[in-house]
Amino acid sequence: MLRRVSVAALAALPLVALAAACGDTKDGSSGGSPGRTLTVFAAASLTETFTRLGKDFEGTHPGLRVRFNFGGSSTLAQQITQGAPADVFAAASGTTMKTVSDAGDAAGQPTVFARNRLVIAVPKGDPGKVRALADLAAPKLKVVLCAEQVPCGAAAKQALAAANLTVKPVSQEQDVKAVLTKVRLGEADAGLVYRTDAKSAAGQVEGIEFPEAAEAVNSYPIAALAKAPQSATAREFVQFVLSPQGKAALSEAGFESP
Amino acid sequence: MDRTAGRPPLVLMLPALVGLVFLVLPLVGLLARAPWGTLGTRLAQPQVLEALRLSLVSATIATGLCLLFGVPLAWLLARVPFPGVRLVRALVTVPLVLPPVVGGVALLLVLGRRGLVGEWLDRGFGITLPFTTSGVVLAETFVAMPFLVISVEGALRAADARFEEAAATLGAGRWTVFRRVTLPMAAPGVLAGAVLCWSRALGEFGATITFAGNFPGRTQTMPLAVYLALETDPQAAIVLSLVLLVVSVAVLVGLRDRWTGAA
Repeated sequence: MLRRVSVAALAALPLVALAAACGDTKDGSSGGSPGRTLTVFAAASLTETFTRLGKDFEGTHPGLRVRFNFGGSSTLAQQITQGAPADVFAAASGTTMKTVSDAGDAAGQPTVFARNRLVIAVPKGDPGKVRALADLAAPKLKVVLCAEQVPCGAAAKQALAAANLTVKPVSQEQDVKAVLTKVRLGEADAGLVYRTDAKSAAGQVEGIEFPEAAEAVNSYPIAALAKAPQSATAREFVQFVLSPQGKAALSEAGFESP
Repeated sequence: MDRTAGRPPLVLMLPALVGLVFLVLPLVGLLARAPWGTLGTRLAQPQVLEALRLSLVSATIATGLCLLFGVPLAWLLARVPFPGVRLVRALVTVPLVLPPVVGGVALLLVLGRRGLVGEWLDRGFGITLPFTTSGVVLAETFVAMPFLVISVEGALRAADARFEEAAATLGAGRWTVFRRVTLPMAAPGVLAGAVLCWSRALGEFGATITFAGNFPGRTQTMPLAVYLALETDPQAAIVLSLVLLVVSVAVLVGLRDRWTGAA
Protein backbone atom coordinates (compact mmCIF):
# COMPACT_ATOMS: atom_id res chain seq x y z
CA MET A 1 0.00 0.00 0.00
CA LEU A 2 2.65 2.40 1.11
CA ARG A 3 4.74 1.49 -1.89
CA ARG A 4 1.91 2.16 -4.29
CA VAL A 5 1.27 5.59 -2.78
CA SER A 6 4.91 6.62 -3.02
CA VAL A 7 5.17 5.51 -6.65
CA ALA A 8 2.16 7.62 -7.53
CA ALA A 9 3.61 10.57 -5.62
CA LEU A 10 6.92 10.23 -7.44
CA ALA A 11 5.18 10.08 -10.78
CA ALA A 12 3.23 13.22 -9.96
CA LEU A 13 6.28 15.23 -8.82
CA PRO A 14 7.37 16.75 -12.14
CA LEU A 15 3.75 17.71 -12.85
CA VAL A 16 3.44 19.44 -9.48
CA ALA A 17 6.70 21.29 -10.06
CA LEU A 18 5.51 22.30 -13.51
CA ALA A 19 2.19 23.55 -12.16
CA ALA A 20 3.93 25.50 -9.41
CA ALA A 21 6.29 27.11 -11.91
CA CYS A 22 3.45 28.10 -14.21
CA GLY A 23 1.45 29.53 -11.34
CA ASP A 24 4.35 31.68 -10.28
CA THR A 25 4.82 33.34 -13.64
CA LYS A 26 1.13 34.10 -14.00
CA ASP A 27 0.47 36.29 -11.00
CA GLY A 28 3.92 36.88 -9.54
CA SER A 29 2.71 36.40 -5.98
CA SER A 30 3.00 33.09 -4.21
CA GLY A 31 0.65 31.36 -1.84
CA GLY A 32 -2.38 33.35 -2.93
CA SER A 33 -1.59 36.25 -0.57
CA PRO A 34 -3.65 39.40 -1.17
CA GLY A 35 -0.52 41.61 -1.50
CA ARG A 36 1.10 42.65 -4.77
CA THR A 37 4.72 42.05 -5.67
CA LEU A 38 7.00 44.41 -7.54
CA THR A 39 9.90 42.60 -9.18
CA VAL A 40 13.08 44.62 -9.65
CA PHE A 41 16.05 43.30 -11.66
CA ALA A 42 19.13 45.21 -10.54
CA ALA A 43 22.90 45.08 -11.05
CA ALA A 44 24.83 43.25 -8.31
CA SER A 45 26.61 46.45 -7.25
CA LEU A 46 23.22 47.91 -6.23
CA THR A 47 22.48 45.11 -3.76
CA GLU A 48 22.90 47.02 -0.49
CA THR A 49 21.39 50.35 -1.61
CA PHE A 50 18.40 48.90 -3.44
CA THR A 51 17.57 46.45 -0.65
CA ARG A 52 17.32 49.44 1.67
CA LEU A 53 15.34 51.55 -0.80
CA GLY A 54 13.02 48.59 -1.35
CA LYS A 55 12.21 48.46 2.38
CA ASP A 56 11.49 52.22 2.40
CA PHE A 57 9.27 51.87 -0.68
CA GLU A 58 7.35 49.01 0.94
CA GLY A 59 6.84 51.26 3.98
CA THR A 60 4.97 53.85 1.92
CA HIS A 61 3.02 51.21 -0.07
CA PRO A 62 1.07 48.97 2.33
CA GLY A 63 0.47 45.47 0.99
CA LEU A 64 3.28 45.74 -1.56
CA ARG A 65 6.29 43.47 -1.52
CA VAL A 66 9.41 44.45 -3.45
CA ARG A 67 11.33 41.43 -4.69
CA PHE A 68 14.84 41.82 -6.10
CA ASN A 69 16.83 39.80 -8.57
CA PHE A 70 20.42 40.98 -8.23
CA GLY A 71 23.01 39.75 -10.71
CA GLY A 72 25.38 40.58 -13.53
CA SER A 73 23.71 43.23 -15.71
CA SER A 74 24.19 41.30 -18.94
CA THR A 75 22.62 38.16 -17.47
CA LEU A 76 19.67 40.17 -16.19
CA ALA A 77 19.25 41.90 -19.56
CA GLN A 78 19.13 38.51 -21.21
CA GLN A 79 16.60 37.15 -18.75
CA ILE A 80 14.39 40.16 -19.47
CA THR A 81 14.62 39.87 -23.26
CA GLN A 82 13.85 36.14 -22.88
CA GLY A 83 10.61 37.06 -21.13
CA ALA A 84 11.39 36.92 -17.41
CA PRO A 85 8.54 38.60 -15.50
CA ALA A 86 10.08 41.85 -14.22
CA ASP A 87 8.78 45.35 -13.55
CA VAL A 88 11.94 47.44 -13.29
CA PHE A 89 15.47 47.06 -14.62
CA ALA A 90 18.45 48.94 -13.18
CA ALA A 91 21.67 48.18 -15.06
CA ALA A 92 25.33 48.91 -14.34
CA SER A 93 26.05 50.05 -17.88
CA GLY A 94 24.45 51.77 -20.81
CA THR A 95 25.18 48.87 -23.15
CA THR A 96 23.30 46.29 -21.11
CA MET A 97 20.30 48.62 -20.85
CA LYS A 98 20.51 49.16 -24.60
CA THR A 99 20.05 45.40 -25.13
CA VAL A 100 16.74 45.67 -23.32
CA SER A 101 15.51 48.90 -24.90
CA ASP A 102 16.56 47.75 -28.39
CA ALA A 103 14.42 44.66 -27.89
CA GLY A 104 11.49 46.97 -27.13
CA ASP A 105 11.30 45.76 -23.55
CA ALA A 106 11.79 49.13 -21.80
CA ALA A 107 8.83 51.45 -21.26
CA GLY A 108 10.05 54.86 -22.39
CA GLN A 109 13.56 56.23 -22.27
CA PRO A 110 15.90 54.84 -19.55
CA THR A 111 17.18 57.46 -17.07
CA VAL A 112 20.70 57.53 -15.66
CA PHE A 113 20.39 57.70 -11.86
CA ALA A 114 23.96 57.14 -10.63
CA ARG A 115 27.56 56.84 -11.65
CA ASN A 116 30.28 54.67 -10.22
CA ARG A 117 34.03 54.63 -10.65
CA LEU A 118 36.68 52.02 -10.15
CA VAL A 119 39.06 51.89 -7.20
CA ILE A 120 41.91 49.51 -6.45
CA ALA A 121 40.80 47.12 -3.74
CA VAL A 122 43.53 45.63 -1.57
CA PRO A 123 43.24 43.36 1.48
CA LYS A 124 43.44 45.11 4.84
CA GLY A 125 47.03 46.13 5.56
CA ASP A 126 47.86 46.20 1.84
CA PRO A 127 50.31 43.23 1.83
CA GLY A 128 51.26 43.84 -1.82
CA LYS A 129 52.22 47.48 -1.09
CA VAL A 130 49.97 48.87 -3.79
CA ARG A 131 49.79 52.67 -3.99
CA ALA A 132 48.81 53.49 -7.56
CA LEU A 133 47.45 51.84 -10.68
CA ALA A 134 50.96 51.41 -12.12
CA ASP A 135 51.82 49.07 -9.20
CA LEU A 136 49.37 46.50 -10.60
CA ALA A 137 51.77 45.76 -13.44
CA ALA A 138 54.33 44.27 -11.02
CA PRO A 139 54.86 40.66 -12.17
CA LYS A 140 54.73 39.06 -8.73
CA LEU A 141 51.52 40.76 -7.67
CA LYS A 142 48.35 38.65 -7.81
CA VAL A 143 45.78 40.84 -9.51
CA VAL A 144 42.18 39.84 -10.12
CA LEU A 145 39.98 41.68 -12.62
CA CYS A 146 36.48 41.28 -13.97
CA ALA A 147 36.24 39.48 -17.32
CA GLU A 148 36.02 41.89 -20.25
CA GLN A 149 32.54 40.61 -21.06
CA VAL A 150 31.01 42.16 -17.92
CA PRO A 151 30.76 45.94 -17.33
CA CYS A 152 33.37 46.14 -14.54
CA GLY A 153 35.84 44.32 -16.78
CA ALA A 154 35.18 46.66 -19.68
CA ALA A 155 35.72 49.62 -17.35
CA ALA A 156 38.96 48.11 -16.01
CA LYS A 157 40.23 47.58 -19.54
CA GLN A 158 39.44 51.21 -20.36
CA ALA A 159 41.17 52.58 -17.27
CA LEU A 160 44.28 50.43 -17.84
CA ALA A 161 44.40 51.49 -21.49
CA ALA A 162 44.14 55.15 -20.44
CA ALA A 163 47.11 54.61 -18.15
CA ASN A 164 48.93 52.72 -20.91
CA LEU A 165 49.44 49.72 -18.62
CA THR A 166 49.52 46.01 -19.29
CA VAL A 167 48.32 44.01 -16.31
CA LYS A 168 48.38 40.21 -16.30
CA PRO A 169 45.57 39.13 -13.96
CA VAL A 170 45.60 35.66 -12.40
CA SER A 171 41.88 35.47 -12.91
CA GLN A 172 39.09 37.17 -14.85
CA GLU A 173 36.07 36.92 -12.60
CA GLN A 174 32.45 36.68 -13.64
CA ASP A 175 31.32 39.70 -11.64
CA VAL A 176 32.62 42.46 -9.42
CA LYS A 177 31.53 40.76 -6.19
CA ALA A 178 33.69 37.74 -7.08
CA VAL A 179 36.69 40.07 -7.45
CA LEU A 180 35.88 41.58 -4.07
CA THR A 181 35.66 38.12 -2.46
CA LYS A 182 39.11 37.13 -3.75
CA VAL A 183 40.60 40.33 -2.33
CA ARG A 184 38.64 40.05 0.91
CA LEU A 185 39.97 36.53 1.52
CA GLY A 186 43.51 37.69 0.76
CA GLU A 187 43.86 35.34 -2.25
CA ALA A 188 44.52 38.32 -4.49
CA ASP A 189 46.84 41.21 -3.63
CA ALA A 190 44.74 43.68 -5.57
CA GLY A 191 41.66 43.94 -7.75
CA LEU A 192 39.71 46.62 -9.54
CA VAL A 193 36.22 47.03 -8.12
CA TYR A 194 33.69 49.82 -7.94
CA ARG A 195 34.10 52.36 -5.21
CA THR A 196 30.76 51.24 -3.74
CA ASP A 197 31.98 47.65 -3.46
CA ALA A 198 35.14 48.65 -1.63
CA LYS A 199 32.99 50.73 0.68
CA SER A 200 30.63 47.84 1.40
CA ALA A 201 33.60 45.71 2.53
CA ALA A 202 35.27 48.46 4.57
CA GLY A 203 37.22 46.91 7.43
CA GLN A 204 38.41 43.97 5.34
CA VAL A 205 39.26 45.78 2.15
CA GLU A 206 40.91 49.14 1.50
CA GLY A 207 39.92 51.17 -1.54
CA ILE A 208 42.61 53.20 -3.29
CA GLU A 209 41.38 55.90 -5.66
CA PHE A 210 43.33 56.53 -8.86
CA PRO A 211 43.05 59.37 -11.38
CA GLU A 212 42.73 57.12 -14.46
CA ALA A 213 39.37 55.93 -13.12
CA ALA A 214 37.90 59.15 -14.51
CA GLU A 215 38.34 57.62 -17.99
CA ALA A 216 36.06 54.72 -17.16
CA VAL A 217 33.18 56.09 -15.13
CA ASN A 218 30.12 53.97 -15.79
CA SER A 219 26.55 55.09 -15.59
CA TYR A 220 23.58 53.27 -14.13
CA PRO A 221 20.37 53.60 -16.16
CA ILE A 222 16.98 52.57 -14.79
CA ALA A 223 13.72 51.91 -16.65
CA ALA A 224 10.26 50.55 -16.02
CA LEU A 225 9.66 47.61 -18.33
CA ALA A 226 7.18 47.46 -21.19
CA LYS A 227 5.66 44.13 -20.09
CA ALA A 228 5.68 45.00 -16.36
CA PRO A 229 2.87 43.17 -14.54
CA GLN A 230 2.76 46.17 -12.12
CA SER A 231 3.36 49.01 -14.60
CA ALA A 232 2.07 51.91 -12.46
CA THR A 233 4.03 50.84 -9.37
CA ALA A 234 7.08 50.22 -11.55
CA ARG A 235 7.04 53.87 -12.71
CA GLU A 236 6.58 54.99 -9.11
CA PHE A 237 9.60 52.97 -8.01
CA VAL A 238 11.73 54.53 -10.75
CA GLN A 239 10.65 57.99 -9.57
CA PHE A 240 11.48 57.01 -5.99
CA VAL A 241 15.04 56.01 -6.97
CA LEU A 242 15.41 59.37 -8.77
CA SER A 243 13.96 61.31 -5.81
CA PRO A 244 16.13 63.17 -3.24
CA GLN A 245 15.65 60.27 -0.81
CA GLY A 246 16.93 57.80 -3.39
CA LYS A 247 19.84 60.04 -4.29
CA ALA A 248 20.82 60.38 -0.63
CA ALA A 249 20.91 56.59 -0.17
CA LEU A 250 22.97 56.18 -3.34
CA SER A 251 25.55 58.83 -2.44
CA GLU A 252 25.86 57.35 1.06
CA ALA A 253 26.86 54.04 -0.57
CA GLY A 254 29.55 55.81 -2.59
CA PHE A 255 27.75 56.42 -5.89
CA GLU A 256 28.16 59.73 -7.69
CA SER A 257 25.10 61.54 -8.95
CA PRO A 258 24.80 61.80 -12.73
CA MET B 1 13.49 -13.55 -25.21
CA ASP B 2 11.39 -11.44 -22.88
CA ARG B 3 12.33 -11.68 -19.23
CA THR B 4 8.79 -10.94 -18.10
CA ALA B 5 5.50 -11.59 -19.76
CA GLY B 6 2.97 -9.02 -20.84
CA ARG B 7 3.07 -5.40 -21.89
CA PRO B 8 4.88 -2.85 -19.72
CA PRO B 9 2.30 -1.38 -17.33
CA LEU B 10 1.06 2.11 -18.04
CA VAL B 11 1.70 3.20 -14.45
CA LEU B 12 5.43 2.82 -15.17
CA MET B 13 5.52 3.77 -18.83
CA LEU B 14 3.77 7.11 -18.44
CA PRO B 15 6.06 8.64 -15.79
CA ALA B 16 9.06 7.12 -17.58
CA LEU B 17 8.12 8.94 -20.77
CA VAL B 18 7.42 12.20 -18.92
CA GLY B 19 10.84 11.92 -17.30
CA LEU B 20 12.54 11.20 -20.60
CA VAL B 21 10.91 14.14 -22.37
CA PHE B 22 11.77 16.42 -19.46
CA LEU B 23 15.44 15.43 -19.68
CA VAL B 24 15.74 15.54 -23.46
CA LEU B 25 13.73 18.66 -24.25
CA PRO B 26 16.40 21.19 -23.12
CA LEU B 27 18.88 19.46 -25.44
CA VAL B 28 16.42 19.88 -28.29
CA GLY B 29 16.27 23.57 -27.38
CA LEU B 30 20.04 23.86 -27.70
CA LEU B 31 20.02 22.13 -31.06
CA ALA B 32 17.11 24.21 -32.37
CA ARG B 33 18.75 27.52 -31.48
CA ALA B 34 22.28 26.61 -32.56
CA PRO B 35 23.77 28.98 -35.16
CA TRP B 36 24.58 26.22 -37.66
CA GLY B 37 25.74 28.66 -40.34
CA THR B 38 28.60 30.11 -38.33
CA LEU B 39 29.41 26.94 -36.40
CA GLY B 40 32.68 26.27 -38.22
CA THR B 41 34.23 29.69 -37.69
CA ARG B 42 33.16 29.80 -34.06
CA LEU B 43 34.68 26.40 -33.34
CA ALA B 44 37.96 27.35 -34.99
CA GLN B 45 38.68 29.94 -32.30
CA PRO B 46 41.73 28.89 -30.29
CA GLN B 47 40.00 29.73 -26.98
CA VAL B 48 37.39 27.03 -27.60
CA LEU B 49 39.95 24.28 -28.14
CA GLU B 50 41.97 25.51 -25.19
CA ALA B 51 38.96 25.37 -22.87
CA LEU B 52 37.94 21.96 -24.22
CA ARG B 53 41.42 20.52 -23.77
CA LEU B 54 41.62 21.90 -20.23
CA SER B 55 38.19 20.48 -19.38
CA LEU B 56 39.03 16.99 -20.66
CA VAL B 57 42.46 16.89 -19.02
CA SER B 58 41.34 18.21 -15.65
CA ALA B 59 38.21 16.01 -15.50
CA THR B 60 40.29 12.93 -16.34
CA ILE B 61 42.95 13.69 -13.73
CA ALA B 62 40.22 14.43 -11.18
CA THR B 63 38.61 11.05 -11.96
CA GLY B 64 41.99 9.39 -11.47
CA LEU B 65 42.37 11.02 -8.07
CA CYS B 66 38.82 10.01 -7.16
CA LEU B 67 39.58 6.38 -8.04
CA LEU B 68 42.87 6.44 -6.15
CA PHE B 69 41.34 7.72 -2.93
CA GLY B 70 37.63 6.99 -3.40
CA VAL B 71 37.77 3.22 -3.99
CA PRO B 72 39.74 2.54 -0.76
CA LEU B 73 37.40 4.90 1.08
CA ALA B 74 34.36 3.05 -0.25
CA TRP B 75 35.97 -0.26 0.78
CA LEU B 76 36.58 1.12 4.27
CA LEU B 77 32.95 2.15 4.61
CA ALA B 78 31.61 -1.15 3.26
CA ARG B 79 33.96 -3.68 4.83
CA VAL B 80 35.54 -2.33 8.00
CA PRO B 81 33.11 -1.85 10.89
CA PHE B 82 34.24 1.02 13.07
CA PRO B 83 32.46 3.32 15.51
CA GLY B 84 30.92 6.36 13.83
CA VAL B 85 30.78 4.73 10.40
CA ARG B 86 27.33 6.26 9.82
CA LEU B 87 28.63 9.72 10.56
CA VAL B 88 31.61 9.26 8.27
CA ARG B 89 29.31 8.02 5.52
CA ALA B 90 27.19 11.15 5.91
CA LEU B 91 30.29 13.37 5.87
CA VAL B 92 31.45 11.81 2.62
CA THR B 93 28.25 12.93 0.91
CA VAL B 94 28.58 16.54 2.12
CA PRO B 95 29.97 17.81 -1.21
CA LEU B 96 26.79 16.47 -2.86
CA VAL B 97 24.54 18.63 -0.72
CA LEU B 98 26.80 21.65 -0.57
CA PRO B 99 26.17 24.24 -3.28
CA PRO B 100 29.36 24.06 -5.40
CA VAL B 101 30.10 27.75 -4.81
CA VAL B 102 30.10 27.10 -1.07
CA GLY B 103 32.42 24.17 -1.70
CA GLY B 104 34.73 26.56 -3.55
CA VAL B 105 34.72 29.01 -0.65
CA ALA B 106 35.41 26.16 1.79
CA LEU B 107 38.35 25.06 -0.36
CA LEU B 108 39.67 28.64 -0.35
CA LEU B 109 39.42 28.77 3.44
CA VAL B 110 41.45 25.58 3.75
CA LEU B 111 43.77 25.57 0.74
CA GLY B 112 43.86 29.28 -0.12
CA ARG B 113 46.91 31.43 0.40
CA ARG B 114 45.63 32.38 3.85
CA GLY B 115 43.82 29.09 4.47
CA LEU B 116 44.38 26.60 7.28
CA VAL B 117 46.61 24.32 5.21
CA GLY B 118 47.27 26.66 2.30
CA GLU B 119 49.20 29.18 4.37
CA TRP B 120 51.60 26.46 5.43
CA LEU B 121 51.94 25.20 1.84
CA ASP B 122 52.61 28.73 0.65
CA ARG B 123 55.15 29.65 3.32
CA GLY B 124 56.90 26.29 3.55
CA PHE B 125 56.94 25.09 -0.04
CA GLY B 126 55.94 28.08 -2.13
CA ILE B 127 52.90 26.17 -3.39
CA THR B 128 49.75 28.19 -4.04
CA LEU B 129 46.76 26.35 -5.40
CA PRO B 130 44.15 29.02 -6.23
CA PHE B 131 44.31 30.35 -9.79
CA THR B 132 46.17 27.26 -11.04
CA THR B 133 45.18 24.22 -13.11
CA SER B 134 45.89 22.08 -10.02
CA GLY B 135 43.24 24.18 -8.30
CA VAL B 136 40.76 23.24 -11.04
CA VAL B 137 41.56 19.55 -10.58
CA LEU B 138 41.17 19.81 -6.80
CA ALA B 139 37.83 21.61 -7.05
CA GLU B 140 36.55 18.97 -9.48
CA THR B 141 37.83 16.12 -7.31
CA PHE B 142 36.12 17.57 -4.26
CA VAL B 143 32.77 17.82 -5.98
CA ALA B 144 32.95 14.54 -7.92
CA MET B 145 34.42 12.08 -5.40
CA PRO B 146 31.14 11.37 -3.51
CA PHE B 147 29.60 10.04 -6.73
CA LEU B 148 32.36 7.46 -6.96
CA VAL B 149 32.36 6.53 -3.28
CA ILE B 150 28.59 6.04 -3.11
CA SER B 151 28.48 3.98 -6.27
CA VAL B 152 31.46 1.76 -5.31
CA GLU B 153 30.24 1.30 -1.75
CA GLY B 154 26.85 0.21 -3.07
CA ALA B 155 28.53 -2.33 -5.36
CA LEU B 156 30.69 -3.67 -2.53
CA ARG B 157 27.71 -4.09 -0.23
CA ALA B 158 25.76 -5.88 -2.94
CA ALA B 159 28.70 -8.23 -3.69
CA ASP B 160 28.56 -11.60 -1.96
CA ALA B 161 31.04 -11.50 0.92
CA ARG B 162 31.25 -15.31 0.97
CA PHE B 163 33.66 -15.27 -1.98
CA GLU B 164 35.99 -13.03 0.01
CA GLU B 165 35.67 -15.31 3.04
CA ALA B 166 36.44 -18.34 0.87
CA ALA B 167 39.54 -16.64 -0.49
CA ALA B 168 40.62 -15.74 3.03
CA THR B 169 40.18 -19.32 4.29
CA LEU B 170 42.33 -20.46 1.36
CA GLY B 171 45.12 -18.29 2.76
CA ALA B 172 44.83 -15.04 0.81
CA GLY B 173 45.72 -11.86 2.71
CA ARG B 174 43.35 -8.92 2.86
CA TRP B 175 45.18 -7.01 0.11
CA THR B 176 45.18 -10.04 -2.18
CA VAL B 177 41.48 -10.62 -1.49
CA PHE B 178 40.76 -7.00 -2.32
CA ARG B 179 42.78 -7.11 -5.53
CA ARG B 180 41.76 -10.53 -6.85
CA VAL B 181 38.22 -10.96 -5.52
CA THR B 182 36.62 -7.79 -4.21
CA LEU B 183 37.65 -5.40 -6.96
CA PRO B 184 36.69 -7.67 -9.90
CA MET B 185 33.29 -8.29 -8.30
CA ALA B 186 32.71 -4.57 -7.79
CA ALA B 187 34.06 -3.64 -11.24
CA PRO B 188 30.70 -2.59 -12.74
CA GLY B 189 30.10 -0.32 -9.74
CA VAL B 190 33.58 1.18 -10.01
CA LEU B 191 33.05 1.77 -13.71
CA ALA B 192 29.66 3.40 -13.20
CA GLY B 193 31.12 5.50 -10.41
CA ALA B 194 34.05 6.61 -12.54
CA VAL B 195 31.71 7.60 -15.37
CA LEU B 196 29.48 9.61 -13.01
CA CYS B 197 32.56 11.16 -11.47
CA TRP B 198 34.04 12.17 -14.82
CA SER B 199 30.76 13.62 -16.05
CA ARG B 200 30.32 15.63 -12.87
CA ALA B 201 33.91 16.90 -13.04
CA LEU B 202 33.47 17.87 -16.69
CA GLY B 203 30.41 19.96 -15.93
CA GLU B 204 31.82 21.50 -12.75
CA PHE B 205 31.36 25.26 -12.56
CA GLY B 206 30.75 26.79 -9.13
CA ALA B 207 33.60 25.35 -7.07
CA THR B 208 36.01 25.81 -9.97
CA ILE B 209 35.35 29.49 -10.61
CA THR B 210 35.34 30.23 -6.88
CA PHE B 211 38.49 28.34 -5.99
CA ALA B 212 40.55 28.44 -9.19
CA GLY B 213 39.19 31.59 -10.81
CA ASN B 214 38.86 32.04 -14.54
CA PHE B 215 41.81 32.48 -16.86
CA PRO B 216 41.91 31.24 -20.47
CA GLY B 217 44.31 28.34 -20.95
CA ARG B 218 44.95 27.89 -17.24
CA THR B 219 41.70 27.64 -15.33
CA GLN B 220 38.98 28.42 -17.86
CA THR B 221 37.16 25.14 -18.44
CA MET B 222 34.25 24.78 -20.87
CA PRO B 223 31.48 25.52 -18.34
CA LEU B 224 33.28 28.75 -17.35
CA ALA B 225 33.72 29.71 -20.99
CA VAL B 226 30.02 29.02 -21.59
CA TYR B 227 29.02 31.20 -18.65
CA LEU B 228 31.13 34.15 -19.78
CA ALA B 229 30.10 33.79 -23.40
CA LEU B 230 26.52 34.02 -22.22
CA GLU B 231 27.24 37.52 -20.93
CA THR B 232 27.86 38.99 -24.37
CA ASP B 233 27.23 36.39 -27.05
CA PRO B 234 24.51 33.80 -26.31
CA GLN B 235 25.06 32.19 -29.72
CA ALA B 236 28.67 31.44 -28.82
CA ALA B 237 27.49 30.01 -25.51
CA ILE B 238 25.19 27.61 -27.37
CA VAL B 239 28.04 26.51 -29.63
CA LEU B 240 30.31 25.85 -26.64
CA SER B 241 27.54 23.94 -24.88
CA LEU B 242 27.02 21.79 -27.96
CA VAL B 243 30.73 21.00 -28.15
CA LEU B 244 30.78 19.94 -24.52
CA LEU B 245 27.65 17.89 -25.03
CA VAL B 246 28.91 16.08 -28.14
CA VAL B 247 32.33 15.34 -26.67
CA SER B 248 30.98 14.03 -23.37
CA VAL B 249 28.33 11.85 -24.99
CA ALA B 250 30.90 10.49 -27.47
CA VAL B 251 33.35 9.64 -24.69
CA LEU B 252 30.71 8.03 -22.48
CA VAL B 253 29.19 5.94 -25.28
CA GLY B 254 32.66 4.95 -26.49
CA LEU B 255 33.78 3.82 -23.05
CA ARG B 256 30.58 1.90 -22.51
CA ASP B 257 31.04 -0.05 -25.70
CA ARG B 258 34.66 -0.79 -25.00
CA TRP B 259 34.30 -1.85 -21.39
CA THR B 260 31.09 -3.78 -21.42
CA GLY B 261 31.31 -5.04 -24.98
CA ALA B 262 27.71 -4.12 -25.67
CA ALA B 263 25.79 -1.02 -26.69
